[in-house]
Amino acid sequence: MPRKRSDTVKQAALYPLDWLEERSGLIGGVKYFLFRKVPGDTSWWHTLGSATLTAFLVQLVTGVILAMYYKPDPQHAHSSVEHITHDLTLGWLVRGMHRWGASVFIILMFMHMGRVFLFGAYKYPRELNWIVGVLLLATGLFEGLTGYLLPFDQTAYWATVVAININGTAPFVGPFLASVLRGGAEIGPDTLARFYSLHMLLVPGALIGLIGLHLYLIVRLGVTSPPWSKEAAGETPDEEQPSGRSGLVQPGPRAAGVRRRPSE
Amino acid sequence: MEERPGDDRPQLPPPSLWPVGFAVGIVCLLVGLVVSWPAAAVGAGLTLVFGFLWARDVTSGTSSVPAEPAHEGEAAVPEPEPGERFPRNKFLEGATLGLGAVIGGIVTLPAVGFAVLPGFVKQKQHEVDLGPITDFEEGKWQIATFMRDPAQGEITRRTAFIRNNGDLDGKPSFTIISNRCAHLGCPVQPGGPLFERQKKELKTTNGEVQLIPTLPAAGFICPCHGGAYDQEGNRTAGPPVRGLDRYEFVIRNGRLVLGSTFSVAEVQGSGKTARIKRYQLQGPGQPVDGIESWMYPLQPPH
Repeated sequence: MPRKRSDTVKQAALYPLDWLEERSGLIGGVKYFLFRKVPGDTSWWHTLGSATLTAFLVQLVTGVILAMYYKPDPQHAHSSVEHITHDLTLGWLVRGMHRWGASVFIILMFMHMGRVFLFGAYKYPRELNWIVGVLLLATGLFEGLTGYLLPFDQTAYWATVVAININGTAPFVGPFLASVLRGGAEIGPDTLARFYSLHMLLVPGALIGLIGLHLYLIVRLGVTSPPWSKEAAGETPDEEQPSGRSGLVQPGPRAAGVRRRPSE
Repeated sequence: MEERPGDDRPQLPPPSLWPVGFAVGIVCLLVGLVVSWPAAAVGAGLTLVFGFLWARDVTSGTSSVPAEPAHEGEAAVPEPEPGERFPRNKFLEGATLGLGAVIGGIVTLPAVGFAVLPGFVKQKQHEVDLGPITDFEEGKWQIATFMRDPAQGEITRRTAFIRNNGDLDGKPSFTIISNRCAHLGCPVQPGGPLFERQKKELKTTNGEVQLIPTLPAAGFICPCHGGAYDQEGNRTAGPPVRGLDRYEFVIRNGRLVLGSTFSVAEVQGSGKTARIKRYQLQGPGQPVDGIESWMYPLQPPH
């Protein structure tokens, strides 16, 4: 069979992907996720969620690298942070990314939340995703709290003292909550290691799980049009929906969330 | 059913011997790297040649058969009918879930206990030896810093404001106030000069103890949120909900030894004639008297 050389090359290049797709379906899944249908009038406002996710991934990567050099015990914590910042090659950059990226992540979470609120994107059927988002916000803030102690300078120490004591003033359970956070009646050597463990293992794990759920619901329910969308208000004639791809879920007319007829 | 290309048949390339040659080439290359360069070169050559042949074989096998998306064909296995369930079936399901729950519990409970319980048991305040009481001049304030638990190191360093009140009924009397603000636990500072040049440092069983004379004429003030206290530790301004905590003390062999801390709502009187109602130690921001104290009925062991 005569074949063009470029076809052969293409076949060879695609072979590993086909191999993977045939055995796992992963390529189709990723394509479904990346190239799914969204309303035509999505705008830059809709990118705040992806921006938040990107900020989180930056924290994840830089945090893993910082953990290679950080020493979570009271004697060495601060000096190891100084060492990262002043001595190690590019340490200042990676630590700076993690330190400022933390603020970026929190700010983007709030901006994304504001966008969802103002667009009314939390309404039926997306209430559950709003709740997951609120959990993500709380977990993200807790990640910020536990990370703030780790440089172990005066600011970090006293800010953590105050934060734990604020938790301690919660009625009835407060004193116990504070003891759980400190790992004792007073802040001690274990408190730092405890915060470190929470900051780099438990809380990020929870965040990753919640983000997975958040994304699943986004893919399942689709993206909302902005409130000013003429298309969503049915002012342009309805066209037939392009046939949905089968994949993770079969998008029905509602799940696609694009053109709900006014009569619906 | 009509046989269609690519249907129910994995797209396997025809069997060939090239991978074997490829593997031999790799082995030859690796062994050659250790043993001799010519052998490695031969190995590299073999690897390249057989790798090329293998790749050509593999790519020619797939291109002739256009792949058909799985979801467009018929289902390979018909949907199972909802079947009747039998007691044994239900028992096995229950047993699997139950056993899983038991195993999960056996693993999880000790782990959670280990994460939480150490913060609540064996929490005791170590005694602190602050040296001979002759270091404390009558009527003068000293800022004492010391390690509460030298085994745990500098992180247990605490500060107390100490004034020798002179003798009361032939026994020495001290006012010993904790520097932990009763608002949210920041370190309060004396409202007046520190006499750093008269600083004393002494070694006791509690590591290095520092004594700095001070004159807290304006009482004690917190730098964080502006809580202010008088010289007895009573709140005079700002957000604190009670007075400053105090230390118990004993005089042992002429040395001042600090014991546990306790909480105070408000001190009546001053100096050695002060009347102090002692409350169990509570966290900052938690009132010890009045109706708001009902919100904190239980305290973890301090």
